[in-house]
Amino acid sequence: MSETVIKCESVYKIFGENAKKMLEESNGNVDAKTFQERGCIVGVNNASFEVAKGEMLVVMGLSGSGKSTLLRCISRLTDATGGKIFIEGQDLLELNNKELIELRRNKMGMVFQSFALLPHKTVVENIAFPLQIKGTNTEESISRAMEMVKLVGLDGRENYFPRELSGGQQQRVGIARSLAVEPDIWFLDEPFSALDPLIRKEMQDEFLRLQEKLQKTIMFITHDFDEALKLADRIAIMKDGIIEQLDTPANIVLNPATEYVRKFTEEVPREKVLIIEDVMDASSKDNLGDLKVSKDEIIENVAEKILTQEKLVGVVDSNNNIVGSIKPSKIIDTVFGGRKNGS
Amino acid sequence: MEYLKKYPKLFQWLFLLIVFFALCFAIDVPETYKFIRGQAEFVKDPNQSVYFFLGKEVRYYAFDVFWRLPPLLGWLPIWINDSLFFLMNEWMPMEFWNEDTQEFKTRPLLLEVSRNLTSFMTFLIELIREILLGGLETIVAFTSWDFIDAYPWLELPGLPWTIVAAGAAILSYKLSGKGLALFAGLTMIYISIFGQWKPSMQTLSFILVAAPLSFIFGLGLGIAAYKSKRIEKALYPILLVMQTMPQYAVLVPALVLFGVGDHAAVIITMVVAVPPMILLTILGLRAIPPEVIEAGRMSGCTNWQLMFKVLIPTARRDILIGVNQVIMVCFSMAVISAFIGAKGLGFNLLLALNQLNIGLALEAGLCISLIAILLDKMSLAWANQQQDYFGNLSFFQRNKNVIFFAASFVIGIILAYVGTFIFKGSFNYLFEIPHNKGISTADFWNKGVDWIFDTFFVYIKAFNTWLIQDVLQPMRALYLRMPAVATLVLAVGAGYLIGGIRSALVVAALTLFIALSPWWDRALVTLYMATFGVVISCLIGFTVGTICFQNKKSAAFMLGVCDIFQTFPSFVYLIPVMMLFGITDTSVLIAVIVYATIPATRYTIEGLRSVPVGLHEAATMSGVNKFQRLTKIEFPLAFPHMMLGLNQTIVFALFMVIIGAFIGTEDLGQYILKALSDKNGAGIGLTLGICVAFIGLIFDNLIRTWVGKRKKHLGID
Repeated sequence: MSETVIKCESVYKIFGENAKKMLEESNGNVDAKTFQERGCIVGVNNASFEVAKGEMLVVMGLSGSGKSTLLRCISRLTDATGGKIFIEGQDLLELNNKELIELRRNKMGMVFQSFALLPHKTVVENIAFPLQIKGTNTEESISRAMEMVKLVGLDGRENYFPRELSGGQQQRVGIARSLAVEPDIWFLDEPFSALDPLIRKEMQDEFLRLQEKLQKTIMFITHDFDEALKLADRIAIMKDGIIEQLDTPANIVLNPATEYVRKFTEEVPREKVLIIEDVMDASSKDNLGDLKVSKDEIIENVAEKILTQEKLVGVVDSNNNIVGSIKPSKIIDTVFGGRKNGS
Repeated sequence: MEYLKKYPKLFQWLFLLIVFFALCFAIDVPETYKFIRGQAEFVKDPNQSVYFFLGKEVRYYAFDVFWRLPPLLGWLPIWINDSLFFLMNEWMPMEFWNEDTQEFKTRPLLLEVSRNLTSFMTFLIELIREILLGGLETIVAFTSWDFIDAYPWLELPGLPWTIVAAGAAILSYKLSGKGLALFAGLTMIYISIFGQWKPSMQTLSFILVAAPLSFIFGLGLGIAAYKSKRIEKALYPILLVMQTMPQYAVLVPALVLFGVGDHAAVIITMVVAVPPMILLTILGLRAIPPEVIEAGRMSGCTNWQLMFKVLIPTARRDILIGVNQVIMVCFSMAVISAFIGAKGLGFNLLLALNQLNIGLALEAGLCISLIAILLDKMSLAWANQQQDYFGNLSFFQRNKNVIFFAASFVIGIILAYVGTFIFKGSFNYLFEIPHNKGISTADFWNKGVDWIFDTFFVYIKAFNTWLIQDVLQPMRALYLRMPAVATLVLAVGAGYLIGGIRSALVVAALTLFIALSPWWDRALVTLYMATFGVVISCLIGFTVGTICFQNKKSAAFMLGVCDIFQTFPSFVYLIPVMMLFGITDTSVLIAVIVYATIPATRYTIEGLRSVPVGLHEAATMSGVNKFQRLTKIEFPLAFPHMMLGLNQTIVFALFMVIIGAFIGTEDLGQYILKALSDKNGAGIGLTLGICVAFIGLIFDNLIRTWVGKRKKHLGID
């Protein structure tokens, strides 16, 4: 693993008066119910995890699960009630106001669900806003903003006002604005939730394209499990403020840790999520047929080919070394059989 | 019995009304009771009862407690007055350095503060006034009278009107475009040609000081209240009372604190104009979506940047309405403060009205209204300005407005210079057209008024007599016939039925204050005039609004008309009605009706507009016709908003009724007007103002509570 960028150590966020005192008394054993009886609402309950440089962590949960609160603790839009948060080794909660502003101006970018564009500024002014706040002069900030306009494909609309744009276009502006200062860490709070399904898919693809190019460290919040599977390097599933499971998409689908997580995975088309490596048999490398498939292929893409085979199919890595094998029947098992265990 | 269960509220209301009327009939009018005219209360009379409180003597005519409560608060105005004088003249004497006499002098703190504030305001007004009109006060303020004697050429000559007109047009062009530029130019030319230049510029200099200061203070206090709950809580009651306080009433205390003149007018204008600005600033800032604030924070804004680059621009819409209100109030005050010696158009207007010279009044009123509309549009355009980053403009294009102004400046001066040769010996019309030397249409209007009077005298007179004898007098008698206890029961009962114990207590407190003041009878007369005005205004407003709403274009047109009418200073409304009906209650009431119809119409259209489109379609698909849709769907849903319009209508009507005292009514306004010329008037004026404000607040509380509940019930917000 490469270096850690974001690190959380048992972070708590509890709303209400006396929250801090109650947290200290509870010794880290926070029970949402007892807190609620005393007038406090638990937003984030004992969250610990790390995000590596260039990694995309998707936090998935239904509304009220505390995912947005967690993100706001890490961006320090709200102060965590307890625990420690480190950004590139710096203790976030120890920063004073000035250092925090410096950090946000240079290291962080954030995209919001409702776009949160400034209604009185045009597209290019909105994108240039963080730069101008930093003190970059008008000419430079505008020319940099124009680069961003091109990056998100809004050329020709730079003088439009947000109200004149569609939802998808507005979110492109939001994305461009968050990237204008070239941040290392990129927070996205349900960026595509307010968009139509078709536009959402288009934006997701666009987002993946951007990430391929930019390689930011990302925390991405969503309530859409399919979106999480499509984008994530790792997924954290939250419920009632607690991270139920934090793992790669494949592992979550194959080995859900709790009943709650399993319910999400039930309807997931496995062939679209799993790659060959997840289902191959690494022990048997003999008696292979002619067909070889890469271990990184998504099952859906090679299923038809494999199913026409009668013999074992060899699985190869990027150097064309055989690392395992797969039975055609295993594909059928994965696609149709997996669900039997559950139901 | 079934009905009782189905409509419990209806029966509660019926019960309340029965109790009210029972009380009215059970309590007889005391034989000695009669409506006191003039200032008879202040004349010593052996029939009066007397009591002392806090060393103040209160005299009053005693009646049965059920009929009229004794004025237990009668000492309050005198006490306020004495306190004010004590604060001004005796409280906290301190040593202050006196520039003129070069020695320390002992003076009460408040007096010194007031003096300094006064001279600062005077300096600001004079500065602008002398740029526009010429003079030497500003130079003197920086140097001394001796200095100006030695160098008399330093006296500011004032700008020729051509330059000011060109400047206004160019500024308007830069802010908005050709349309506004044309309007600005024509307005200025009109003002000049009709000989209103000097008073107009005096008024303008007053506005240019009062409006920006009010804006800054309102915005600042609004931000403070937004940031701190404590400040908001402290400000809120004051804001509430100031919203319904008639502008007249604050004049008197200002007179005591700041004396007579433009400076006092500016300060008092700020007192009136700042509250709505604060309220709208808070409203706007509160309505900002939290994500926008977070976006600002994540962009690395400091608190300062967040406030001025994110929050305020985002709340721009409401803040602009605030600016609009500030300008409206400033112009309204520009007229009213002529009572305390502000110079300008307002003074001319009052003078003309006093002399019944309707033509002159009309001209002055038109000038004020034109300038008001112009400034309103300019401030609006200023806030909506846009910057072009990609124009790649040449030096000339970037600075063309400055260049044009410089050119017109030179041309203006040359013209003025040439003018000295053309108009040798007489007035230089190219420099400044003196007051009353321009074209005047006053005679024309006066003749017109005479003609109307001669021609329609019989009909107007007949209408007038009918209205007064058959409608107004009986209505007034009915209001005065209400025993105080019955009124209290009605008000408190209504409060309880609408808003429960809380509302009942608020309404009771407000009503009691008025009942215990020495002016209950006057308050009833104010109420009767306001009621009459409000009823007719609402009938007209709701009807016109509903009709105009049927068509998108007519709705937009009507809203535009409302906008323009709202910009007129309230005093201007008195001009045309005096033209037609002379000095009678009818005139006041018609002015009230015209003025108060504006909010009634506006809120009706806005309310109907706010009905969701989905509902329209659903209704159409259920096969309702236009009329059914209106009565079954649009009215019920728009009704809460229309009730807010009623609230505004009441406030507007009360304002106008009070201003109507200028024509001569017998209500609270008459006493406020009298307090202006009374040495001990400050306390009386203020208490009277509070009485009027409380009348407004009683209705405000009831209506708002009802609307809040109704909206919750309907699930709209």
